Amino acid sequence: MRKLLVTLLASAALAAPALAQEHPEVPSVKWSFNGPFGSYDYASAQRGFQVYKEVCSNCHGMKLLSYRDLTGIGLNAEQVKAIAADVTVPGGTNDAGEPVDRPGTAADRFKAPFPNDKAARAANGGALPPDQSLIIKARENGPNYVHALLNGYVDPPAGTVVPAGQYYNEYFPGHYLAMPQPLHDGQVDYVDGTKATVEQMSKDVVQFLTWASEPNMERRKQLGVKVVLFLALMTGLTYGVKRKVWKDLH
Amino acid sequence: MAEVATATANVREAITTVGNQDVTKRDFLKLLTGSAVVIGAGSMVWPFIDSMNPARDVLALSSVEADLSPVVEGQGITIVWRGKPIFLRHRTPKEIKEAVDTPLSAMKDPIADAARVKAGHEQWLVVIGICTHLGCVPLGNKPTDPRGEFGGWFCPCHGSQYDTAGRIRLGPAPANLVLPPYAFMNDTKIKIG
Amino acid sequence: MAGLHKSTYQNPVINWIDTRLPLFTMMQKEYGSFPTPKNFNYFWNFGALATVNLIIMIATGVFLAMNYSANTGLAFDSVERIMRDVNYGWLLRYAHANGASMFFIVVYIHIFRALYYGSYKAPREILFMLGVVIFLLMMATAFMGYVLPWGQMSYWGATVITNLFSAIPLVGDSIVTLLWGGFSVDNPTLNRFFALHYLLPFMIFGVVFLHVVALHITGSNNPLGIDVKSPQDTIPFHPYYTTKDSVGLCVYLLVFALLVFFLPNLLGDPDNYITANPLVTPAHIAPEWYFRPYYAMLRAVEWKLGGVMVMFASILVLFFLPWLDTSPVRSTRFRPMYKPFVALLVVSFFALLYVGGKPPEGAYVVIGRVATAYWFLHFLVVLPILGKIERPLPLPESISNPVLRARPPFSGGGGGPLPQGAAAKPMDRA
Repeated sequence: MRKLLVTLLASAALAAPALAQEHPEVPSVKWSFNGPFGSYDYASAQRGFQVYKEVCSNCHGMKLLSYRDLTGIGLNAEQVKAIAADVTVPGGTNDAGEPVDRPGTAADRFKAPFPNDKAARAANGGALPPDQSLIIKARENGPNYVHALLNGYVDPPAGTVVPAGQYYNEYFPGHYLAMPQPLHDGQVDYVDGTKATVEQMSKDVVQFLTWASEPNMERRKQLGVKVVLFLALMTGLTYGVKRKVWKDLH
Repeated sequence: MAEVATATANVREAITTVGNQDVTKRDFLKLLTGSAVVIGAGSMVWPFIDSMNPARDVLALSSVEADLSPVVEGQGITIVWRGKPIFLRHRTPKEIKEAVDTPLSAMKDPIADAARVKAGHEQWLVVIGICTHLGCVPLGNKPTDPRGEFGGWFCPCHGSQYDTAGRIRLGPAPANLVLPPYAFMNDTKIKIG
Repeated sequence: MAGLHKSTYQNPVINWIDTRLPLFTMMQKEYGSFPTPKNFNYFWNFGALATVNLIIMIATGVFLAMNYSANTGLAFDSVERIMRDVNYGWLLRYAHANGASMFFIVVYIHIFRALYYGSYKAPREILFMLGVVIFLLMMATAFMGYVLPWGQMSYWGATVITNLFSAIPLVGDSIVTLLWGGFSVDNPTLNRFFALHYLLPFMIFGVVFLHVVALHITGSNNPLGIDVKSPQDTIPFHPYYTTKDSVGLCVYLLVFALLVFFLPNLLGDPDNYITANPLVTPAHIAPEWYFRPYYAMLRAVEWKLGGVMVMFASILVLFFLPWLDTSPVRSTRFRPMYKPFVALLVVSFFALLYVGGKPPEGAYVVIGRVATAYWFLHFLVVLPILGKIERPLPLPESISNPVLRARPPFSGGGGGPLPQGAAAKPMDRA
C-alpha cells in the first residue's frame, strides 16, 4: 500500500508540467472577496455600478440582474427606485395594441442597451458585446483577468500590424479584440469623491461585476463556516463514539 | 440539604456502578453525538422547504402601484395583482349613498360600507374580482357589462349579484368580494400588497 | 393466519406492522445484527457513502426541477434564477453540481477497493457486474445532467458525444438523428435528456437495491480476502459499522461542504457560464473531470470508430474481470507480484484523466496512447497471465487469527511468523 502511494505521488509530480501558455500570466490582486471569509466592498461596488451605468451599459447588457438586486451592494429601496425610474422600459401594449414604454420599477431587469443581438452587432462593427451578468465566472481567474484586461491596452510590439477595427490588448487571448479601451482617467465623476483613475475604475468595476456574477457569495461563505465547524465537531464526536464502541473488541 | 446531598450521592453511585463501564461518560458522549446528529439532519431539511417559498422575483411583484387619476366617476378598471384581477371602481355619490343606506339585515354577509373603503376616500372601492362562490370573474367593470340589480357586479356563472360596496346580495356566493391589503400613497395613487 | 411472520417486537404498534410487513425484522437482520467481517478498513465505508450521495442527488435534483425549465430559450436563465432568486437555490445548485463530482470520487474509490481486494471474484461476480451497471447508469445520468444548464460546454459536449454514434457503420447517422430528435442538438434533445435524467437515478436506486441483496447473499469481502470461517470472524453491523460509517460520513460531508461553500466552481468549466451558441465552438471542448479518462482513450485512436470502440471497451472489459483474473488469491495484499501492476493501472487512470482535459497535441497524445495501451494490457494480458505464474504470499489462517504483523506472543490471536506449511491455499469457499 505504501509503495502504491509513493508511485502515485511520483506520477502526480511528473504529470504536472508547466501550463501551456495560451493565456498570458495575469497579475493577481488582493480582492476583498477572496478567501473563506471574503466579503464584498460595498463602497467599491457602488462606484463600480456607477462606472457600469455611465460607461459599460452603453454597449453591454446585464439581463440577469434586476434593479431590486442593487440593495445587495448597500443601496436602499429609495435609491433603487430612483435608479429604476430613471430608465424607460417596454411596458406592454396600449388598448390599440401598440407597444408602449413606461418608467422602470425596482422589479424590472436592467435595461438592455440594444433590442436584440443583430442591433448590437450593427452598432459595434459586427462584434457582439457580451452580457456582463456572469462575465467574471465565465472567464478563467475572472476578477484578475478582467482587471488586467481593462488595464491592458498598451502599444503593440514594434512591427505588429493591428487589424482594422481591432485593438491590441496584452491580456486578451490572441491579443486583438474589438473593444477599444473603455476606461480613461477622469472619465467618471465618482459620487463619493474618489479619484477616477483607470486603475481605480477597473478595480471598482471588477468588484461590482464579481458581485453581479455571484450576489449570494457572502451568504454562502457565512453558512459555510458554520457548516464546516459543525462537521468538524461531528467528526470528532463520532470518532469518539466509534472508539468507545469498538473498545471491547480490542 | 443534607438529605439532598445524600440522595444525589446515592444516585450517582447507582449510575456509575451499573455494568463494568463508565456508563455516565459513554452515555453522555452518545447523547451529545446523537443530539448533534438530529440537529444536523434537521437543519439540512430547512433549505429544501424554504426553496419552495416564493422566490425573490415573485416577492418583487407581490405589490403593485395603481394610478387612479384616469378612472372617472362611475367607471371601473381592472388591474392584475399577484395573478388575480382587482376591480378599482370610482363610485358616484348616488352609489355611495345606496351602499351606506342599505340595512345590514338585507345582506347575506353583513358589513357596513365604511368598513369596505378607506376613510377620506369613500369614492374608491378596491376589491378582488373573484366571485366567492366558485371563482369566476364577475361582470360589471366595463361600461357595457351588466351590473345586476344592486349596481355592483353580476357573476354570469351562477347568478351571484354584488352591490356598490362589493357585498353579496343575491345568489349562491357565501361572502362579499374580498378586500386586498392596500393603502393610499396620495389621493391618486394606491399601493396594493 | 398460518403464513404470517411471527414478530418478536414488544411494542404493539410495531408488532402489528411487522407481522404484516416485516420491515423491522428485516432491518434488524440486514443492518442490525448482520454478521460482518471485523477487519474492515475505511475503504469499506464507500459503498454506504455512495448511497448517501445518491439520496442527496435525488433530493437536490427534485427541488431544482421545481424551478428548472427544459427549453432551450429558458434553461440557462432558469438555472440563474435558481442561483439568484430562489431561496437557497444557490445551495441546491452547488450541492447538486458538486455532488456529482463527489459521487464519482466516492465510486472510483469504491471500485478501486474491489479491484485491490478482489471483491469481484467468486462468489461475488454478479455483485460486481451489478456495480458496473450502476456505474454505466451513473455516467449516462451525469452526461445528460450536464447538458441541462445549456451552457457552451453543455451544448458542445452533447454534440461531440452524440456525434460519436455516427461512427457506427450503416446505421450510425440514423441513430444519431434518433438521439437528437432533429438534425442537431436542439430543443427535442434537451427535453428528452431532462426526462431521462430525472428517470435514471431511480433506476440506479433499483440496481443498488439488487447490488445490496447480492452482497447480503454472499456476505462482504474483507481486506485479507479470505472467507469468514466462524462467528469469531464477524461482528454485528450495528453498533460497530454504524458508528464507524458515521465517522466516514462526517469526513465525506466535510469534504463536500468545503467544495460547495468555498470552492463551488473549482471542478467546473468557466465556459459553461456562457449560454449555448451553436455558431461558436469553444477553444477547448472538454468533458467534466470524471469523464476525462475515457475521453482521452477516445482521442488516443485516430480512427473514429476505433476510438469509440476503445472508449466503450475500456469499461465493458470490467464485466469480464471476474474471469480475466486467474489468480486464486483475492486480496492484492498477498500478491506482491501484482502490486506494481495495480499501481501502474492507477497511474494510467490519472494520466488519462490529466490528458483528457488537455488539447490533443504533442506529449499529451503520447501519454494518452501509452496509458490507454496499458489499461487494456492490464485487463487482457497481465491479469490472465499473472494469476497463473505468480507466487502469492501464504494466506492467514482466518480473520480472527490473521498473523499479519509480528506481535508479542501473548497478545491473543497469535503473533509471529505464519503457521508452518501455510503455502498458497486454493481460494476459500464460504
